[in-house]
Amino acid sequence: MVDELKIEQQKIWRILETVADPEVPVLSIIDLGIVRNVEIGASGKLKITITPTYTGCPAMDVINMSIRMVLLENGFKNFEIKNVLSPAWTTEWMSEAGKQKLKAYGIAPPNPKQIVCTTDAFQEEEAIQCPHCNSYNTQLISRFGSTACKALYKCNDCMEPFDYFKCH
Amino acid sequence: MNDPLIDYTLHLADNTLILAQRNSEWCAHGPVLEQDIAITNISLDILGQARNFYQYAAILLGDDATEDTLAFLRDNREFKNCLLVEQENGDWGKTILRQFIFSNYQYLLYEKLQHSKDEQLAAVAAKALKEVTYHLQWSSEWVIRLGDGTDESHQRMMNAIEELWPYVDELFINADYENELLADNIAVDVPSLKNKWIEKITSIFDEATLQIPQNVFAKTGGKQGVHTEKLGYILAEMQFMQRAYPNSVW
Repeated sequence: MVDELKIEQQKIWRILETVADPEVPVLSIIDLGIVRNVEIGASGKLKITITPTYTGCPAMDVINMSIRMVLLENGFKNFEIKNVLSPAWTTEWMSEAGKQKLKAYGIAPPNPKQIVCTTDAFQEEEAIQCPHCNSYNTQLISRFGSTACKALYKCNDCMEPFDYFKCH
Repeated sequence: MNDPLIDYTLHLADNTLILAQRNSEWCAHGPVLEQDIAITNISLDILGQARNFYQYAAILLGDDATEDTLAFLRDNREFKNCLLVEQENGDWGKTILRQFIFSNYQYLLYEKLQHSKDEQLAAVAAKALKEVTYHLQWSSEWVIRLGDGTDESHQRMMNAIEELWPYVDELFINADYENELLADNIAVDVPSLKNKWIEKITSIFDEATLQIPQNVFAKTGGKQGVHTEKLGYILAEMQFMQRAYPNSVW
């Protein structure tokens, strides 16, 4: 019985892996660490727990809908998607595979050493590697990029601008 | 009907909704593209907080309340935001100063609120605190840049301080609903935040060659629903669609 449940759970994780983030479509919601838990209740009811990356992330409604669609497509009818805020999402939950996919997509992944923003003005900038030419000779243009989770950088060597998925 | 937890949650929600609405007026009007993106990103973060608070308030209220009815169908006197957030954007300097005053307050508030006995308020605060850190850093840097910039930018920051300082004290006065929730460790005792708030302001103002004004007459009432005339105009614009075409959807 226990094993069957496990197999079923793994199957659901694999199904959820096909749900892409609408803003960064190379990443699945599993890569991002948005799916926190998959639970199968005694009655067979499925409970999926998800958490937003940023408080105001406008992608959550779409993600919710995509999960609903993919579960229905795979024959699941009895399920509930629960949105939780605590514990707060962090880039430390992003998978290694996800970081590689980000870089290949042209977005610098969060630095392996988690350095988060502090309240201090003009703090020293992190050295961010250019996803195009791998140079560390880059500069911050703006802490706020095309979406809340990214900052805008420029490479001083290849001169290309790029997004950095900031540590959070 | 007067449940202090509902009033408190609405106060937190209204503060963030009105400031988000104000900041979003900059969309496509920012001084440069990167800063236009920055202020609208900040607006989005704050709007997200507002939604979380309204969703919680709607659960507490029950019946047919939703985050949308609370944002779009309440009138002027029902809003419990502090007067600071409804003040007009003015120039970039005034918007920056308002953000700095508020983010500095909000950072200290959420630092405490994340340990509230109310689990949902604590979760919203803990999540938002990381984002508020960015807002505080960004607005601090701009206060320094403009205060210690040219004669023109310095003068404009002085004007902004004169216009906004009357609304500072209200942030640090407990409303009845806050007082009622103190004993249960649900609400944050806002007067206790003031010393740390002043410390931060002083350190940034020193770098920015600006001074904190003394003996300013404090304007209050927003937390009790008595607003400046500016709120009416914000609500008129924000609520128009739902008032004119009830239940219309995007």
